Amino acid sequence: MPKVTFIEHNGTEHSVDAEVGKSLMQIALDNLVPGIDADCGGECSCATCHIMVKADWLDKIGKPSDAEDSMLDLNPEREPSSRLACQIEVKEIHDGLTVDLPEFQF
Amino acid sequence: MSEATVLQMIDHEAKDVPLADIDVSQRELWVQDRKWDYFTRLRDEDPVHFCKDSEFGPYWSVTRFADIMEVEANWQSFSSDPAITIVDPEEDFPLPMFIAMDPPKHDEQRMTVQGSVAPKNLKVMESTIRGRVQTVLDSLPVGESFNWVDKVSIELTTQMLATLFDFPFEDRSKLTRWSDVATGGPETGIVESEEQRQEELLECLAYFTNLWEERAKQGLSNDLISMLAHGEATQNMSPQEYLGNLILLIVGGNDTTRNSMTGGVLALNQNPGEYAKLRNNPTVIPSMVSEIIRWQTPLAHMRRKATKDYVLGGKTIKAGDKVVMWYISGNRDERAIDKPNEFIIDRDRARQHLSFGFGIHRCMGNRLAEMQIKILWEEIQKRFHMVEVVGDPVLVPSNFVHGFTDLQVVLHSH
Repeated sequence: MPKVTFIEHNGTEHSVDAEVGKSLMQIALDNLVPGIDADCGGECSCATCHIMVKADWLDKIGKPSDAEDSMLDLNPEREPSSRLACQIEVKEIHDGLTVDLPEFQF
Repeated sequence: MSEATVLQMIDHEAKDVPLADIDVSQRELWVQDRKWDYFTRLRDEDPVHFCKDSEFGPYWSVTRFADIMEVEANWQSFSSDPAITIVDPEEDFPLPMFIAMDPPKHDEQRMTVQGSVAPKNLKVMESTIRGRVQTVLDSLPVGESFNWVDKVSIELTTQMLATLFDFPFEDRSKLTRWSDVATGGPETGIVESEEQRQEELLECLAYFTNLWEERAKQGLSNDLISMLAHGEATQNMSPQEYLGNLILLIVGGNDTTRNSMTGGVLALNQNPGEYAKLRNNPTVIPSMVSEIIRWQTPLAHMRRKATKDYVLGGKTIKAGDKVVMWYISGNRDERAIDKPNEFIIDRDRARQHLSFGFGIHRCMGNRLAEMQIKILWEEIQKRFHMVEVVGDPVLVPSNFVHGFTDLQVVLHSH
């Protein structure tokens, strides 16, 4: 099973097993990783599962869809590496993926 | 249809009214708090419901949580233009505001101001907010009854709004008045005529135009007027559009949190077991805040216009039809929320409610609202054993603003 790592704003790391086919948001919730609110439950409708993908992983993760893009725009602190964790489905090739959590969710 | 032939919901039990005749927009249902059974019936029997005739014309009601989410997420099929409440805009007095626009203009205008209530800014404001809450609570009479709405809810939200606008503090009661006037027509008793309403709103515009001119001359600062006056997407707005956006920010920051501040007191009084939980464990407050906001649903609905034919819940909504998403109903939908008719301050997944809306129009001030209510309850718990409700609540006569004009309470010290 791939392993993914969430790094909190304060530097705390959470390395967890990630079931293939689940969203990164769900993986975070299942493993009680703090800092992911997921208010809409994974519908790409609230932008409260904001994460930043480490630069060397951006190619493998891909770009946000138009719908995700418009939700990310609601966040004044959006970065080029920003994604919504609910829109990233874990695959085998994601073993070792590392993402940063923002200081705040919006 | 003449007045006499319109079936008045309030004269009947929800179960006795023919489904096709149900009109949940009727004001009396809201004044007398009798809407609940009608919404339960619609969710169970006709979740996407067409009302062919009402005070507001024909409209669809969307009443289940999942269907509301579907409409919210699809702004291409369900436009926010030209209005986001069931009331159609006055033709001779349009009030363009970004909540009632679609992308890309909506995005450009919203992005200009959303930083003001972003979490980073809130961290800076927290100590100011707490200080004000302490001052207001310390000034309240203990052991004698007073109106919580006026003395606490309105006072605190109006102070907050004055800060966000950097509005002259001594004039802040004007903001409360303009907020009330903006959402209430002559039928609510807030103004005597539509003319009076428009006159007062133009006074609001004149007042804010002075502030705009003053801020435009100065460098960009962190208040909303300055942001609008300096923002690329907003600096050339017409006066009507400036007024529209002001009203959006005033109502959004005022009528909403105000009513959650009152609704929480009422809900805890109606559920003494939950009040006991709060006393025993103040760490439950963040979760309770979300539950209060769900329970109250301070804005009962939002409206969209279908831009194309769309099948929702087996019904065909036609292009051009008015579609009302009843958040207040979706927040009580047991298909999405466990025991939705129970107020549970430590419930699981408390944040998953509809009160802030979802999608690109999701409430911009949600984190500020949560912070204000959280601080309020933290400070109440330090001071008082109980905020006891001693009179019947008086409700706002509106199917949009779901709130209170009067809630008599007595404070009991520890």
